[in-house]
Amino acid sequence: MASEKRLRIKTLIMVLAMVVSAVVGDLLLKRGMSEAGAVQFTGHGLAQALEHMATSGMIWLGICFLLGFMTTQMTVMSWADYSYVMPAGAFGYALQTFLAVVVLHEAVSAKRWIGVALICVGVVLVGQTKPRTTEAAQQVAEKAVASC
Amino acid sequence: MLTVLLLMVLICGSTGGEIAISHGAKKTGEPERMRPRELLVFIGRVMSNGWFLLGIPLMAASFFALLILFSWHPLSFVIPISALSYVVGALGAKYILKEEVNVARWAGVVLVCAGVALVALG
Repeated sequence: MASEKRLRIKTLIMVLAMVVSAVVGDLLLKRGMSEAGAVQFTGHGLAQALEHMATSGMIWLGICFLLGFMTTQMTVMSWADYSYVMPAGAFGYALQTFLAVVVLHEAVSAKRWIGVALICVGVVLVGQTKPRTTEAAQQVAEKAVASC
Repeated sequence: MLTVLLLMVLICGSTGGEIAISHGAKKTGEPERMRPRELLVFIGRVMSNGWFLLGIPLMAASFFALLILFSWHPLSFVIPISALSYVVGALGAKYILKEEVNVARWAGVVLVCAGVALVALG
């Protein structure tokens, strides 16, 4: 029982780290690309955009956060169910909306708030279920050794 | 017709890719400790796994389908439909990964799917 509680807490912490890394990474990329202005689809325009991407600290920081997202996602999926991690990760949409209101002072429509509320209820429902319903690789290996 | 085909590539590619990577990560086994060195070794092991190598082209195909769809249709059309990937993903988890998707998890998945569609429409 204690190990299940530990697994749930560990999974929720990793999902939260995954969501925050993805949202912050996207926000930094958006800020970084906005500094360059609209990209022109000409040889010169694309070359300028590439030069900006390679030299912008904001974009590199965004890439680091997205690498953090990839690492946390793969790590959490090594023990938790895909059908648990995937919907729980949608909490990022809610976080993005809160950040849009609090940081960017954007106006958010009623339809979007209803969507955020549905996502939050959905994530809470998924969060109540067992994070892992299949055997861990270690348990499978132990069983295989025992049967030999 | 081409739009329907690309939407299928988008949804099946992203969920198929994630399911393959998830399966690869589980086969690799979780890192013993959450330290940078252990995490790097773990990521290296996952990346050299065949399932990961199958997942990447699937996700790349999905990404290119998304880019093409964005150039043809508005965001408010593409994102709500792509939210179906939550339902397809849950089906894949149940039938391919053999995960237990109970009523509460199904209800959560459907609510998340509807919520993402509404957020995109809003």
